[in-house]
Amino acid sequence: MWIQLLLIIAILVLGGFLMRRTGADSHLAIRRIMMLLFILAAVLSVLFPQWLSWLANLVGVGRGTDLLLYGLIVVFLVFVYSQYRRNLALQRQLTRLTRRIALIEAAGETRAPEDSSAAGDLVEDDVADGGYGRQDRGA
Amino acid sequence: MTWAVIPLYNEASVIDSVIRDLLPAFSHVVCVDDGSSDSSAEIARRAGAFVVQHPVNLGQGAALQTGIEFALAQPACEYIVTFDADGQHRVEDAVAMVARARTDHLAIVFGSRFLDDRTRPGLIKKVILKTAVWFTNVSTGMRLSDAHNGLRVIRRDAAAKVDLKQDRMAHATEIVLELGRTGLPWAEHPVELLYTDYSKAKGQSVLNSINILVDLIVR
Repeated sequence: MWIQLLLIIAILVLGGFLMRRTGADSHLAIRRIMMLLFILAAVLSVLFPQWLSWLANLVGVGRGTDLLLYGLIVVFLVFVYSQYRRNLALQRQLTRLTRRIALIEAAGETRAPEDSSAAGDLVEDDVADGGYGRQDRGA
Repeated sequence: MTWAVIPLYNEASVIDSVIRDLLPAFSHVVCVDDGSSDSSAEIARRAGAFVVQHPVNLGQGAALQTGIEFALAQPACEYIVTFDADGQHRVEDAVAMVARARTDHLAIVFGSRFLDDRTRPGLIKKVILKTAVWFTNVSTGMRLSDAHNGLRVIRRDAAAKVDLKQDRMAHATEIVLELGRTGLPWAEHPVELLYTDYSKAKGQSVLNSINILVDLIVR
């Protein structure tokens, strides 16, 4: 059937895109394994739709498509949450970056040229608490 | 030496007089321009304040934190006065609060509009403020009579422990929490808030207080 071919191609292409490295993350490997499992399950479901119905019956859901919908809702909520966390982390980084720029700029402006010690302090400070190991990362 | 820290966002029409009123009492005033789209920063600079400019708008909490860090970078800074840009605080109150911090050896002095009856907010504002006070007290374990009052005096050692992560308005509760955790001596001081037509128009809406609440609960 044509629909099966189209769906499998779509799953493989999208899965490939989602498995690409988006940011250095310790969770990346786990995400990739999950993605692989998902691709496998998706392709199997397309080839053997009865399998999904069998699973649905096993957990007390009428049809395979219903089970799919429930799964989708849960995955969507997880997605919303992880994006929210990521957004917060990004906002935090933006704030720190903006603040650093503002303070360095102000130190350069408001001080006489012979007294540039404060600007130096700021830069040193940045290195001190900006180490990769201690940086909090988003979800 | 005392530094006055003013978070500034689009207050071009009043910031000049606010700074000129402050300067005789506090010779060091820093305005943190939070990415204003009007000429606030330029006016503040001409009025005689130091200006630190955020390239993008982050929110009042972020601006306050930047101002505190700027003041702490000045070695001679002993006390920080946080002051609103819209002209609703009285300079006399700020001066009295710094004097009290010095004589009573206090690390933090919070301004409170509810310690006397000089300030008369409207009924709705009063209900919202009292709810904010209640929430602040419950979540911080402090006993304050006012919350979200921008006038505070913070000694250097206390200010160094402030690290506001709430960029927007919820910082007013967060700063109480962080200052409370320092365990340093604090007090409330009666202040009057001048509800001018301007500050009323700019003031926070009822809906925004819902945002503050959600910001504080959902982190």
